[in-house]
Amino acid sequence: MTTSVSIPWWRKRRTRDLAIQALLIAAVAIVVALMWMNAAETLRRQHIASGFGFLNDTAGFDIIQTLVPYDESSTYGRVLLVGILNTLVVAAVGIVLATIIGFLVGIGQLSSNWLIARLARAYVEVLRNLPLLLQIFFWYFAVLRALPGPRDSWGLGETVFLNNRGLYLPAPVTESGFGWVALALAAGIAGAIWWTIRARRLRERTGQVVSVARMSAAMIVLPALIVSALASFPLTFSLPALAGFNFEGGFVVLPEMMALVVALATYTASYIAEIVRAGIEGVAKGQTEAANALGLSRGQTLRLVIIPQALRQIIPPLTSQYLNLTKNSSLAVAIAYPDLVSVFAGTTLSQTGQAIEIIAITMAVYLTISLLTSAFMNWYNAHIALTER
Amino acid sequence: MTPSRRPPREPMPGPIEWLRENLFSSWGNAALTVLALAIIYWTVVPFVTWAIVDAAWTGTGRDDCLAYDGACWPFVMQRIGQIVYGFYDVGQRWRVDIALIVLAAGLAWLTLPRVPGKRPVGALMLTLYPVAAFFLLAGGMGLEHVPTTRWGGFMMTMIVAMTGIVASLPLGILLALGRRSDLPVVKGFSIAFIELWRGVPLVTVLFMAANMLPLFAGLSVNKVLSALIAVALFSAAYMAEVVRGGLAAIPKGQYEAANAMGLPYWQAMAFIILPQALRLALPNIVGNFIGLLKDTSLISIIGLFDLLGIVQAGSTDPEWAAPNTAMTGYVFVGVVFWAMCFSMSRYAKHMEGVLAAGERR
Repeated sequence: MTTSVSIPWWRKRRTRDLAIQALLIAAVAIVVALMWMNAAETLRRQHIASGFGFLNDTAGFDIIQTLVPYDESSTYGRVLLVGILNTLVVAAVGIVLATIIGFLVGIGQLSSNWLIARLARAYVEVLRNLPLLLQIFFWYFAVLRALPGPRDSWGLGETVFLNNRGLYLPAPVTESGFGWVALALAAGIAGAIWWTIRARRLRERTGQVVSVARMSAAMIVLPALIVSALASFPLTFSLPALAGFNFEGGFVVLPEMMALVVALATYTASYIAEIVRAGIEGVAKGQTEAANALGLSRGQTLRLVIIPQALRQIIPPLTSQYLNLTKNSSLAVAIAYPDLVSVFAGTTLSQTGQAIEIIAITMAVYLTISLLTSAFMNWYNAHIALTER
Repeated sequence: MTPSRRPPREPMPGPIEWLRENLFSSWGNAALTVLALAIIYWTVVPFVTWAIVDAAWTGTGRDDCLAYDGACWPFVMQRIGQIVYGFYDVGQRWRVDIALIVLAAGLAWLTLPRVPGKRPVGALMLTLYPVAAFFLLAGGMGLEHVPTTRWGGFMMTMIVAMTGIVASLPLGILLALGRRSDLPVVKGFSIAFIELWRGVPLVTVLFMAANMLPLFAGLSVNKVLSALIAVALFSAAYMAEVVRGGLAAIPKGQYEAANAMGLPYWQAMAFIILPQALRLALPNIVGNFIGLLKDTSLISIIGLFDLLGIVQAGSTDPEWAAPNTAMTGYVFVGVVFWAMCFSMSRYAKHMEGVLAAGERR
């Protein structure tokens, strides 16, 4: 093809596009180089090492909650691991609680009971419009600090105690032979999954409906129960008991963790409640009417028609709320719960001064969690889009 | 309006009928009603007792509050100057007053329906106001210099929120356009920028600003400035996604029509696409502002005193430390934040309705 109209090369679209992009790359490169040179210069002047060698140095500080063995002689690398695990445990517990509260409040908003609907609405409007940090402060400084001391603890029987040092729960203690019980339980769960898949295949092929719930429950519970009876019940509980001025034994949830989990869960639940309400309201009314016309009971309509369709709308925004909760758990630093930001980007940074490496690692951890979640979301969206028609 | 469309009104049910229908239609429903009444009783009654009946209302120090079981309101009343103005010089507080009053007037002008001249006022609020407010608050041009270390309280909260809003809108629009660009480098940089900030918590961005900006800039950076930069970058990434949502909702015909008119890219965007996209995105933009306003409280984590930070610091002051001081402070801060966020969310809801009405034929 010959170009009959002669556009000078510098006015051609391709040239212009290339020039814009080259300029952008050059500008970014210059800014990054300038920042890099400045940083190198400042670090040299302040005698701060660079590189990731510090991860093998001794940390020398204690951490109030560790899920893996840790003491003052452990390395900064270990601190990083402890911080990540503490972040993940708060996120996991928070997500479970937020989901339960969120679904209850969300369904409550649609209740035919006027008072319950108003109450659920008020919950959402109050919690959603208050800063999360305020709520964390409220639970930590105003509620948990005001609890009685260990000697006047609130107790539930002789098993669970709540005081200003934390929540004391019975701790499971495994004895020899527990491995077999765990094995039996795992086998039971595998069997239940196999049974469910088989039942679904049968239903899809022949239309014959087989009870899944009862059979699965039996498969999970019975073998584990029989094996533990044979091994003379190898699981006992260590109960917390008052000894002197404090409790001993059992398992303690620190006030920092409690305040953080409660604040994160109740705050995120207000968003989840709105998602659940929108999801259920989003199912067309004709679906309920069609289910009624087919003679499905109220429970069947809910279980087989409404919930599967509502979930399709609920799960994508729900996942991003889970992600928000995980990111918001970084507010832990404000009440000194030892999460990733608190022990790593806080204490470790102030001890080593290696800001660039530490902030980069911290951000990389959160970015990895975010990217994994959005990868799951893309897979899920593609999955439901395929089965839609 | 077609008046005949509406079905005839049903006769109003009497109060007893209403109760039976809405609260006691079945045994389960009645149980729920009792549960709800119990929840209300166990939350509202103790709160009112604490906040009003048992509260201390007058006094000048912690001793005046120790005698009462309820809220310690003298703490808020005596400290209100610090809560609003931070450590701003008492003789100069009128400057903050002017900045806040102009802000309130501007916002009222922009949000009240049927007030003319929204466009020029909006443009002034986004361009001239921030600059004027900066000189008014920081000093210069004949006004006494007030260092940013004295800024704090409600004023600091508004400064951070307004800077976030003013900076994030243009940056967010540019990023959103960049993300939809045909140029792979522009698109790549935009995606990387947006996803980086959206993937990490604001706390880490603030830590980065506080610890890394001084390294990169090679000098001691003003603490308030670094917090403002962090908030602006962070909220720009979220704003970009909201604007992108608005851009995606514009029918393709609009782009094609702009092309057919021979409009160059920037003119097409500025005069055809963006006005429509921003209008569509307005409820979500306001929603973003609510999140931003709530997030301003995080600056207390890097040692700045916003509304929450100054109340928190004040409640641990030995002059006021009493069992109820912290709770009183939180309730006060909560009411202030709640009033602002709730009215913004109501406004967003109202705009949704207005936009939906505009779409209806």
